Amino acid sequence: MANGDVNQLIELAQYRIETKTRASTILALGGVALVLIFAVLPVFAGRGLIQDLIFVFYMLALAQCWNLLAGYAGLVSVGQQAFVGLGGYLLFALTIGAGMDPIAAMVLSGLIAAIFAVPTAFVVFRLRGPYFAIGSWVVAEVYRLVFAQFKQLGGGTGTSLPPSATNEIFGIEWVKATFEVRSPAARDIITYWIALALAAGAPLLVYLVLRSRYGLALSAIRDSEATAESAGVDSFRTKLGIYVLVAAATGMIGALIYLQKARISPDAAFSVLDWSAYVIFIVVIGGVGTIEGPIIGVIVFYALQRYLADFGTWYLILLGALAISIMLFAPKGIWGYVAQRYRVALFPVRRMLVRPHE
Amino acid sequence: MRPPILETRDLTAHYGDFQALYGIDTVVAPGETIAIIGANGAGKSSYLKAITGLIRAKPDSVRFEDKPIGALGAANILKLGIAMVPEGRRLFSSLTVEENLLIGSYGRDVVGIWSLDSIYGLFPALKERRAAPSHTLSGGEQQMTAIGRALMSNPRVLLCDEISLGLAPIVIRNIYDAMPRIKQSGTSIVLVEQDIAQAMKVADRVYCFQEGRVSLSGRPKELTREQVHLAYFGH
Amino acid sequence: MLDWLGTIIQGVLLGGLYALFAAGLSLIFGIMRLVNLAHGDLIVLAAFTLLSLATWLGLDPFLATLLAIPAMFAAGFALQHVLLNRALGRDLLSPLLITFGLSIIIQNGLLEAFTADSRRLRLGAIETASIELGGNLAIGVMPLLTLGSAIAVVLLLNLLFYRTALGRAFRATSDDLEIAQLMGIDHYRIYSIAMGMAMVVATIAALYLGIRANFDPTIGPARLIYAFEAVIIGGLGSLWGTLAGGIIIGLAQTVGAKLNPEWQILAGHIAFLVVVVLWPRGLFPRAED
Repeated sequence: MANGDVNQLIELAQYRIETKTRASTILALGGVALVLIFAVLPVFAGRGLIQDLIFVFYMLALAQCWNLLAGYAGLVSVGQQAFVGLGGYLLFALTIGAGMDPIAAMVLSGLIAAIFAVPTAFVVFRLRGPYFAIGSWVVAEVYRLVFAQFKQLGGGTGTSLPPSATNEIFGIEWVKATFEVRSPAARDIITYWIALALAAGAPLLVYLVLRSRYGLALSAIRDSEATAESAGVDSFRTKLGIYVLVAAATGMIGALIYLQKARISPDAAFSVLDWSAYVIFIVVIGGVGTIEGPIIGVIVFYALQRYLADFGTWYLILLGALAISIMLFAPKGIWGYVAQRYRVALFPVRRMLVRPHE
Repeated sequence: MRPPILETRDLTAHYGDFQALYGIDTVVAPGETIAIIGANGAGKSSYLKAITGLIRAKPDSVRFEDKPIGALGAANILKLGIAMVPEGRRLFSSLTVEENLLIGSYGRDVVGIWSLDSIYGLFPALKERRAAPSHTLSGGEQQMTAIGRALMSNPRVLLCDEISLGLAPIVIRNIYDAMPRIKQSGTSIVLVEQDIAQAMKVADRVYCFQEGRVSLSGRPKELTREQVHLAYFGH
Repeated sequence: MLDWLGTIIQGVLLGGLYALFAAGLSLIFGIMRLVNLAHGDLIVLAAFTLLSLATWLGLDPFLATLLAIPAMFAAGFALQHVLLNRALGRDLLSPLLITFGLSIIIQNGLLEAFTADSRRLRLGAIETASIELGGNLAIGVMPLLTLGSAIAVVLLLNLLFYRTALGRAFRATSDDLEIAQLMGIDHYRIYSIAMGMAMVVATIAALYLGIRANFDPTIGPARLIYAFEAVIIGGLGSLWGTLAGGIIIGLAQTVGAKLNPEWQILAGHIAFLVVVVLWPRGLFPRAED
C-alpha cells in the first residue's frame, strides 16, 4: 500500500458520527433545570395552575407520542384515542375492580394497552396512507362501541372513580403532611408529578429512539419503504415495534388523564376530537417530525384554550381558521418554519459527519 | 438563416441542492431534427424537463420562436405547440389506446395533419388495439401510442425522451421508420437517445451531453467515432 | 324468513343513502387523492341551505334542491379554487389539517347561524308512504327514491367519465398528474370542477338525509365515517364500487340492528374492517395505483 493511501485511511478513521451541537448541549442543561423548577412548583402554585399544567403536560406527552408515530414512522393514525380510552378504562377496572394502587395500575394499563396494540396493528397495517388513517379511526370507534356495551363499567353513560380507589395512592400521606393539604389537592399534586414525568419523558423517549438504530431504520422507511427493505430493514417489525411502544405510552397517559378526571364515559374517553384532532393540531401546527414542534404547539393550544375558550363557537372557528392559515403559510409548522429559516435544532437527531479537528 | 424555432441559452437546472445542467446552449432550426446523446445522468432528461416546464428555469434560458418561455408551466408549453413523448411512455393506465390518443388533443385542439385517422395510418398496429386498456399493450405498442398522443396536438416541436428504451431492436427500427413521415409534416424534432446509431441516422445535427454540459456538437456525417466516444464518456 | 328479507331490503335501501354520502367523496378522493374531512359537514351545510330555501321561498325540498344545485356547484368550485387547491400536492397532513379546520368552521358557523336545534325537511305524506309488496313486506317510497337517485348519480357520473372529453381529462389527471400537465390539462381547473360536482352530489345526499331524519350542525363527522368506509371498501376510482360499499355498510348495519339495536353502528364498522383486511385495496380497485 502506498504511503498516501495509508494516510487517507488514517484520516478517514478519524471522522466521527455525531449528533450533538452546541445549542443542544445548552438546551439539555436548560431542560433539566426547567424540569426541576416545575417539580417544585406545587410549593408555590395554586390548585388551578397545577390542574392547568397537568393538562398541558399530558397533551404534550400525547403529542410527542403521535409525532413519533406519524412524523417519524409515517404512520398517520387518527385512532390513537383507542389507547387513551383503553388506558382510562383499564385504570378504572384495576383500581375499582382489583383494588390496585393507581400508580401501579397506570403502568399496568400501559402494558396491557401494548398487548391490545398487537392484534390492532395486524388489522390496520393492511392499509396504507389515507386508508390507514381512516382505518385507525374506525378501529377506535369499534373500541368505543364495545366499551359502551360493558355494563360493569357504566355502559354508555360511564362511571366515576370513587375516592376510596384513589385516596390510597402511593405517597399521598407524605404529600398531605408536607404540603398541608387535604386528599383531593394531594391527589392533584401527585398526578401533577406523574404528568410532569410523562411530559419530560416522552420527548426524551422519542429522542432516544431516533438516535438508536431503530431511528435510522424509521427514517429509511419513511423516505422509501421499498428501498429500506432491500437494504435489510424489516419494515413490518420496525413499524410494529413503534406502534406498540406508542400504544403503551398512550395507554399510560390515558390512565393518568382519567385518574385526574375521576370520571369516564365511552364518548369522552374515545373522543376523536379531544385525543386525535387536537393532538394532531398541536403537532402539525408546532411542526411535525421535530421534537421541538409539539412543545411549541402545546403552548399555542393552551394559550388559545385558556384565554379564548369562553367565546364558545367563535373560539372554535378561530381554531379552525388558525389551522388553515398556518398550513397554508407555514406547512412545516411554526417550528419547522423557524428551523428552516434560522437553521436551528435544539434536539438534534440528524447524524452529521464531523471532521477530526472541528 | 431562419431564426431557430427552439433554443436554449445558458440553461441551468437544479434538483434541490443538486445541479443537473451547467449552462446548456442548443439551437433547433424549424423543420430540423436534432439528437441529444449522452450517458446516464448526463442531464438529457433534465434538459427536456426544463424545456417543458416540469423543472424551473430562468425565463430567458429557453426561447420558442424568439420568445422567452423558460418560466412557463407545463400546460402552457403544450398550448404553444411543444409536445413531449415522456421517458418510459407513461400512458394513462385507466384509458384505452384511443382515449390516450384523444387526450393528446385535449390541451391543444388545432386542425392539422395529425388526427386519429392519420395516426392510425402511421401506426396501423394501434388501430387494431384501439379499445384495449393501455396497460395491456406491449412495449412497442405503448411507445407508438405515446408518440401518437404527442402528435395529436399537432405540435411545432416534438420532444422524444429515450423512445428506444427497453425495446427490442426490431421494434426500435419499426418506430424509427415512422420518423421520416413525422419530419415531412414539418415538425421539428428533438430526440434524446441512448441508441446512438438510430439517433445519428435520423438527425440533422447532434449534441452530446456530458455531466450537465455540452461536450460536442455537429452534423453526424462530420463526426468521427473517436470524437463521439470521447464526448460521451469523457475519456 | 320474510322478516329477514325485509331486513335485507331495508339494508340495501339504507345503503343507497350511504352511497350518496360517499359518491361525492369518491369523486374527490379518486381524482385528487384528497382526504376531505369536511365532507360530512358540507353535506350538512347543504341540508341547511335546502332548509333555508324551502322556508324562505316556500318551496318543497325537491324544488329547493334543483334551485340550489347551480349555487352549490359554484360554491364547491370556489372552495377548491380559493382554498383546497393550495392544500394539495405536499403530504397527507396538510390537507388533513386544512379540511379539519374547514370542518370546525362549518360546524360552528352553522351552530351560530341556526343553533343546535334539530331540523327536518318536510315533504308531507310522501315522507312515510310505502309500497306494499305483499306478505307484510313494505318498502318506503323515500328510501326507494334514495337508492334510485344513488344509482342515477353513479350512472350519470360514469357517463361523464367514460364518454366525454372532460371525463377523460379527469381520469388522466387521476392516473398521472405530471403527464396530464404535459398534455396541457389545467389540473387546478379540473379539481375545481370536480369539487363543484361533488357539492352537487352532496346536495342531493342532503335532500334525502334531511327528509329521512332529523339533522343538526354536529352530525357531519358520523356521516363522514360511513362515507369513507363505503369509498374504501369500493376501491379507488370506482363509483360502482362506492355504491356497493354503501350497500354493504347499510346491510351490515341493518342486520346488526336486527340482532341487537345497540349493535347497529358497530356491525357496520366490523363489516368494514373484515372487508378491508381481506381486500386492502377495496373490492374494485383500478388496475394500477
